[in-house]
Amino acid sequence: MSPRHRKTLVVAGHGMVGHRLVQAAIERGLTETHDIVVVGEESRPAYDRVALTSFFEVGADELSFLPSGEYDDPRVRLVLGTTVDGFDPETRTVLLSDGQVIAYDELVLATGAAPFVPPVPGHDLDGCFVYRTIDDLEAIRDAAATATVGAVIGGGLLGLEAANALAQLGLETHVVEMAPRLMAVQVDDAGGAMLVRHIEKLGLHVHTGARTEQVLGEERVEGLALAGEEPVPAEVVVFSAGIRPRDQLARDAGLDVAERGGVLVDERCRTSDEHVWAIGECAAPDGRMYGLVAPGYAMAEVVVDALLGGPGAFTGADMSTKLKLLGVDVASFGDAFAATDGALELVYADAVQGVYKKLVISADGRQLLGGILVGDASAYGVLRPMVASGIALPDNPEELILPVGRGGAEIGLPDEAQVCSCNDVTKAQILEAVGEGGACDSPSCVTKCTKAGSTCGSCKPVVKRVVEEFFAAQGKVVDKSLCEHFAMTRQELFDVVAVHGYTRFDDIIEAHGRGRGCDICKPTVASILASQLNGHVLEGPTRTLQDTNDAYLANIQRNGTYSVVPRIPGGEITPEKLIVIGQVAQDFGLYTKITGGQRIDLLGARMEQLPAIWRRLVDAGFESGHAYGKSLRTVKSCVGSTWCRYGVQDSVQLAIDLELRYRGLRSPHKLKGGVSGCARECAEARGKDFGVIATEKGWNLYVGGNGGATPAHARLLAGDLDTETLVRYLDRFLMYYVRTADRLQRTAPWIDSLDGGLERVREIVVDDALGLGSELEAAMARHVDGYFDEWKETLDDPDKLARFVSFVNAPDTPDPHISFRSEREQAVPEDSSGPVSLGTTIPVGAPR
Amino acid sequence: MSTSTDATVLTGYTLVCRVDQIEVEGGVAALVDGVAVAIFRTHDGNVYAMSNYDPCSRASVLARGIVGTRGEIPYVASPMHKQAFDLRTGQCLDDAAVRVPTYDVRVTDGMVHVGGPRQET
Repeated sequence: MSPRHRKTLVVAGHGMVGHRLVQAAIERGLTETHDIVVVGEESRPAYDRVALTSFFEVGADELSFLPSGEYDDPRVRLVLGTTVDGFDPETRTVLLSDGQVIAYDELVLATGAAPFVPPVPGHDLDGCFVYRTIDDLEAIRDAAATATVGAVIGGGLLGLEAANALAQLGLETHVVEMAPRLMAVQVDDAGGAMLVRHIEKLGLHVHTGARTEQVLGEERVEGLALAGEEPVPAEVVVFSAGIRPRDQLARDAGLDVAERGGVLVDERCRTSDEHVWAIGECAAPDGRMYGLVAPGYAMAEVVVDALLGGPGAFTGADMSTKLKLLGVDVASFGDAFAATDGALELVYADAVQGVYKKLVISADGRQLLGGILVGDASAYGVLRPMVASGIALPDNPEELILPVGRGGAEIGLPDEAQVCSCNDVTKAQILEAVGEGGACDSPSCVTKCTKAGSTCGSCKPVVKRVVEEFFAAQGKVVDKSLCEHFAMTRQELFDVVAVHGYTRFDDIIEAHGRGRGCDICKPTVASILASQLNGHVLEGPTRTLQDTNDAYLANIQRNGTYSVVPRIPGGEITPEKLIVIGQVAQDFGLYTKITGGQRIDLLGARMEQLPAIWRRLVDAGFESGHAYGKSLRTVKSCVGSTWCRYGVQDSVQLAIDLELRYRGLRSPHKLKGGVSGCARECAEARGKDFGVIATEKGWNLYVGGNGGATPAHARLLAGDLDTETLVRYLDRFLMYYVRTADRLQRTAPWIDSLDGGLERVREIVVDDALGLGSELEAAMARHVDGYFDEWKETLDDPDKLARFVSFVNAPDTPDPHISFRSEREQAVPEDSSGPVSLGTTIPVGAPR
Repeated sequence: MSTSTDATVLTGYTLVCRVDQIEVEGGVAALVDGVAVAIFRTHDGNVYAMSNYDPCSRASVLARGIVGTRGEIPYVASPMHKQAFDLRTGQCLDDAAVRVPTYDVRVTDGMVHVGGPRQET
């Protein structure tokens, strides 16, 4: 088709659904024939509104669907910060707020919905907010900075999300709900009561059956007047009393709208004008509005299909919901209220554990119609597809909701079962992705390729199980073996060593492995033994297990020489010590360079020179910096409140304390820390495995950051901690990582690999949900007490020193292969000719 | 590999060290006729010698590698980039085109003697 025959598709709205439509249009080739203009009212491109609450934690970039700000396809033009003010179905033109008029062939309305603010007196006072956009959240955050009490009007799904946000911001939080229970649309009275118990245990105040009569205050909000109850104090009020479709454009243009609002569309999502379509929350297929993202996505696909001449139709949607609110699992699916004639209810409740589960079953007991889960929604992934696919219930359906230890069973899903309801992915599609036609070899790859689990994430455990079951059936079990010598993971090996109290590799491989080990399992065992026993890594038989750098307590360089990095805790060093480093470098002819971790690297030492260099450094009060180990490297700091006019805490002191506390801790991969003395974050602490940032009230602790090939920002684990609590959490976090991570798995991918991710870490470290806290702290205390300087101990032991010779029969003869030349007034290795082979694996961390 | 304990005169061999100076599943470097040779001792008591020079990284480092097994093959992993070399033949197990010269080695009365480079068979 020649360019002049190209058509123009205008999309009004760039939210999640508008974005999905554009994506589908690009993927399915609609842009071959259509130019697309997308008009978005917010200054940001589309972002993940479902995960809005995590904005405070991860920031706007993490939520964005289009971080680059534009689509890859040049035929799509994105206009942001602009509204569509109107359109004329006669001339087929839209008018934008900046005065542009754009002619369209097809127009898609994806304007979404607006929060409903009930017209109570005072609803427009300063301090009143809604909860819909990142701008709303930024405004709430600013207001919360000077407030101590907040209230949310509305105890539905979004209201509880908003309450979660206020609580996260450190406010004492009230939830005011007019209905007699929370989440009235999704859960029944008993489930709602269980939810209230959970939420009150977290310190929030819940007022159900409470009608707000007035928002109190002169200019600023001071509280809420409730009918028949004491007033509730509040300096921040968030309205979350439902949403209303934004259908004004359609009304103005004379299109049909539904009785209860929303642009009336047919099952192809076409409005009463044949060239205008509506999708998402602004649309009302068959007169009904859908306030969830999955139906919106389905509508977007239907419209793209229709424009391509396909037969797709929107015939209603699964309104199932699963979410974690304030740490409480809540799920509701299918006919949750037993509205079907003759439906039976099967209830399991455990008030002590705070678990409520209800199944709704057909009158003949054969089919699952729906259900409600509060406190433990782990069965959701299996139950919801059972409703959708109508497979027969087992003879004892109660097993589906009983705890596993009491007879709970897992149920196989039929191929046609929809696993991901957000993106409409069936089990069959997942099997296709991992099967012969597909190329996926892992659950995360399946999520990437099929989108299953990429939106709300609630089906991820099921995706994982489907993939693992498939590989198991194929005989190619997802191999978690460490190597050919040990058919177990690092974590399993760690536990085996701990349980049996092994101290020697030979005993471990004889009892639990085969062969004589390799360059993978030997260093892994060495690291595990070092973590558990705190012994010297060059002691006796463990010496030959050590990886390249640990074996010589220095970092090997390309010409076979080593670099030496003494510890400089927190990057603080006296002039006297600086001079010693300079003199040592001068005397041994070493190349010096400042590292990224605020210390000094001395390069070009021949192996036989290392003891003499260490002797000089140790005598001057230095110790090993463990730059060679899979262990703590540095804790970087800014100058902090001692010098900096912005600093609010002494970041240098804390960095030194932390570095000295965790020095020498052997871990699955290297560990780095950082401490910043204020929110300006000059120590780049969020680029570290653990980062601490000072606040007015204490310290914020971030975990899971790293630089390198796959950079990651650390995420907030806990805020405003006193130093003692901070150290306790760090002890637990690091020791849990040491125990459970895979070999060469840094903290960021480790956190991602846990079921529940960062939330799981928080449960273990902060809430101590597994009761492991004191055990992990005790293990760390043993490490701290048992610390010694590896360099000094080596110097004191002739057995260990004996290995530091160039040749066993010519101990003082330098290796003739090593030679240097001068560059920028320092010694550097003589060029070897051409690039060297890096071998089959590049020895950096495992890919994420 | 040829390990023997008979006390014949070893012409063409250089005495380099006592066998107990080599850790089990460890290695040492020795200077033999001006050339760096890596000598390894395996768990079953065998002693092997090959050039210390890792042709992949172009550095003289093989004696510092980890010694283990792949299947039945005793090997050393280069400490630089982990390529594996068969201790018996010097063959690189990750790249069929790469092979490191091996040396005759004998253990007599607890002493290790290294001979000349072995001919390709």
